Amino acid sequence: MNHKLIELEILRYRPEQDQEPWFQNYQVPCEEDWVVLDALNYVKEHMDSSLSYRWSCHMAVCGSCGMMIDGDPALSCKTFVRDLPERAIRIEPLANFPIERDLVVVMDDFVEKLERVKPYIIREEDKPLGEGEHLQTPAQLAKFKQYTLCINCLCCYSACPQYALIPEFIGPAALALAHRYNQDSRDQGCEAREDVVSANEGIWDCAFADACSLVCPKHVDPASAIQQMKISSTIGWYKNLLGLKRS
Amino acid sequence: MNVVKADIVIIGAGGAGLRAALAVAEHDADLKIALISKVYPMRSHTVAAEGGAAGVIKEGDSLEDHFNDTVSGGDWLCDQDAVDLFVNQAPEELIQLEHWGCPWSREQDGHIAVRPFGGMKNERTWFAADKSGFHILHTLFQTSLQYPSITRYDEYYSTDLMIEDGRCQGVNAIEMRTGLMHLFQAKSVIVATGGAGWMFPFTTNGAIKTADGMAMAYRAGVPLKDMEFVQYHPTGLPGTGILLTEGCRGEGGILVNKDGYRYLQDYNLGPPDPWPRKKAMELGPRDRLSQAFWHEQQKGRTVTSRWGEVVHLDMRHLGEKKINERLPLVRDLAKSYVGKDPVHDLVPVRPVAHYMMGGIHTDIDAATPIPGLYAAGECACVSINGANRLGSNSLTELLVFGGRAGRHAAEYARENPSSSPEDHILNQAQEARQRITDMFLREDSGENIALLRKEMSATIESGAGIYRTEDTLRETCDRLLELRSRYAKIHLEDKSNVFNTNLTYTLEVGSMLDAAIAMAYSALHRKESRGSHQRLDYTNRDDENYLKHSMAYYQGSEEPRLEYQAVVITRSPPAERVYGGAGK
Repeated sequence: MNHKLIELEILRYRPEQDQEPWFQNYQVPCEEDWVVLDALNYVKEHMDSSLSYRWSCHMAVCGSCGMMIDGDPALSCKTFVRDLPERAIRIEPLANFPIERDLVVVMDDFVEKLERVKPYIIREEDKPLGEGEHLQTPAQLAKFKQYTLCINCLCCYSACPQYALIPEFIGPAALALAHRYNQDSRDQGCEAREDVVSANEGIWDCAFADACSLVCPKHVDPASAIQQMKISSTIGWYKNLLGLKRS
Repeated sequence: MNVVKADIVIIGAGGAGLRAALAVAEHDADLKIALISKVYPMRSHTVAAEGGAAGVIKEGDSLEDHFNDTVSGGDWLCDQDAVDLFVNQAPEELIQLEHWGCPWSREQDGHIAVRPFGGMKNERTWFAADKSGFHILHTLFQTSLQYPSITRYDEYYSTDLMIEDGRCQGVNAIEMRTGLMHLFQAKSVIVATGGAGWMFPFTTNGAIKTADGMAMAYRAGVPLKDMEFVQYHPTGLPGTGILLTEGCRGEGGILVNKDGYRYLQDYNLGPPDPWPRKKAMELGPRDRLSQAFWHEQQKGRTVTSRWGEVVHLDMRHLGEKKINERLPLVRDLAKSYVGKDPVHDLVPVRPVAHYMMGGIHTDIDAATPIPGLYAAGECACVSINGANRLGSNSLTELLVFGGRAGRHAAEYARENPSSSPEDHILNQAQEARQRITDMFLREDSGENIALLRKEMSATIESGAGIYRTEDTLRETCDRLLELRSRYAKIHLEDKSNVFNTNLTYTLEVGSMLDAAIAMAYSALHRKESRGSHQRLDYTNRDDENYLKHSMAYYQGSEEPRLEYQAVVITRSPPAERVYGGAGK
């Protein structure tokens, strides 16, 4: 394998000793098919055991290793060093979240919002297990499948200009998940989610900048989920006004 | 010290831990559950499982076939009462997940779709494209959010089980955000911490798979069972070890050597039909396929690539439409990490450490020998996988036995109020805390924890890989004991409290060393070849002496004590494993 010396410029912040974040540079001998995470692991194991970041699967499915790489939110396990410009690579924690330490952000806000959208099947009556599976055609599955693919990496929250301005905004990933359940033929919880979804800090805080969908490593397209919800919520509002049953 | 009181503590919030929590919550809403995990639940490694979960659902399939496939797949080391229970409960667990919203792939008429899998006689593997584990994990996690009795402690690293009055009554854990120690006091405890793949140098496993729960239970006195049985998955991407699901072959992918020859036909797996024949060729069991690679390599028939020796997985004939529909993740992974598009290119693959068949000894109720302590999922050995697990049995296993662990731990908690005065448990937690404080205070001995881990994984691979001998195993055992004595002197470079990954990394290496020692000694003492445990010096299966489970007991800095326990045989007497055209 050919090694090439690259430079990483990594944000450091250890709350017990640093007044504010600062940047530390490392020269790393990088192999040609390395991703940014491989370079971070090299630093951790050979140069500086105090560098802290989250990671696990190294295959872009656990969602742990989202961070800002040269200013853009991305998974460090799927960002290849060879695809980045030949200068120091700047690595920072995900934007729009408080820094817990180094590249680790506090994600309480997201987890709380995820819970608020009631991301589970809601039914008036549960089908007994003995009656087998709900039938669901491939076409019915296709209506929501895309929105099941979110790995909760939070890149969309880092990219979202509205979340940066309005911290109360429920945000792309959580709203896309609400839409996922609303569109599932097995679910009857659309109305139970309506309060959260169509509140001011729900879908109406989205300005359709589309930044979330552009950075999503799983092509979930939360922006389209939110626009679809705006339409169905509006129709529902008018139906309500006319005394018709919402569906 | 902070004390958190709960009825039931669950350590690990992957598939098994979440399923256990849901079982407790549904069983009795009054029981308070503390769900502790060193990562947020959706990061747990269940997320990376691809191919699917086995359960009989289709006409023409039968529980008896699933039973027989599993028992012969495990080379008759499975406990047959556990396998019976497993195959019986499997369909209901998978339907339950469907009711909870799992986006299983469907047939045109809306019924569940199933795909063929290795070593399975009939199609019975439920799948959600090739992201089955991901969808199972997220479904369980999201479903768990509606239960107020489940309190999550995300990013708490558990260090020690609290055993008082001869029963398990809690766990000590570090809150990673603050570095504070917490004592979780409970009436029963479930360990669901996953496997130990990270102790190998080349693995499909995520970095969090570090034997934590296995080591905690082992140190507390529970034997680790059948640890010598380690599954190598035949199709990992070279370089990274990223898994390409057996579903690739279930859908019709074939394996060829450097001459373009389907070499599996030379290893009693033929005939090489153009269509996927069940239990033959590429749909043989994983142990046989990984061993065949080793032989091909010995014969010089593998392909030399920039990442070392590989064979080729050929999926081109499946066509773009089918690959996109059934194997979208595989396509993405192969394109990204080795620059090969399965629609147009051969994909390089090689065997890679994947799964521990062994683990914490439990009975069929998921109970360990210590009252109040339960275990389920990959960290446990119940044992349904015997000497070789069949692909797609483990996702079902964590549902069936995760649920069982939850129900039985709930019953135990209801019937057994906390028995010890709190100060006894506090004293024990204090000791656990002191051991960790000592690591902070210890002088620099010149040891580097990352290098120690590398030495550990190197000796495991060289001595306890796919093929083993007395000499290589002996050397690995000695080396691991030496590494552990060096580990006892390790100090922390990072003295901070907040999210100290130098600390967690160091604790993880300690856990892996304990599990590795149990594995290597169990392998050394099993002088036969069975399933995934292959000895070049004892090439045959020896039912007379070794139709029994290895039970490794922790002995501090000494080598483990090994005992043996009879295998439960109910109705399938040991026979020859037959695959290929002769297989049934």
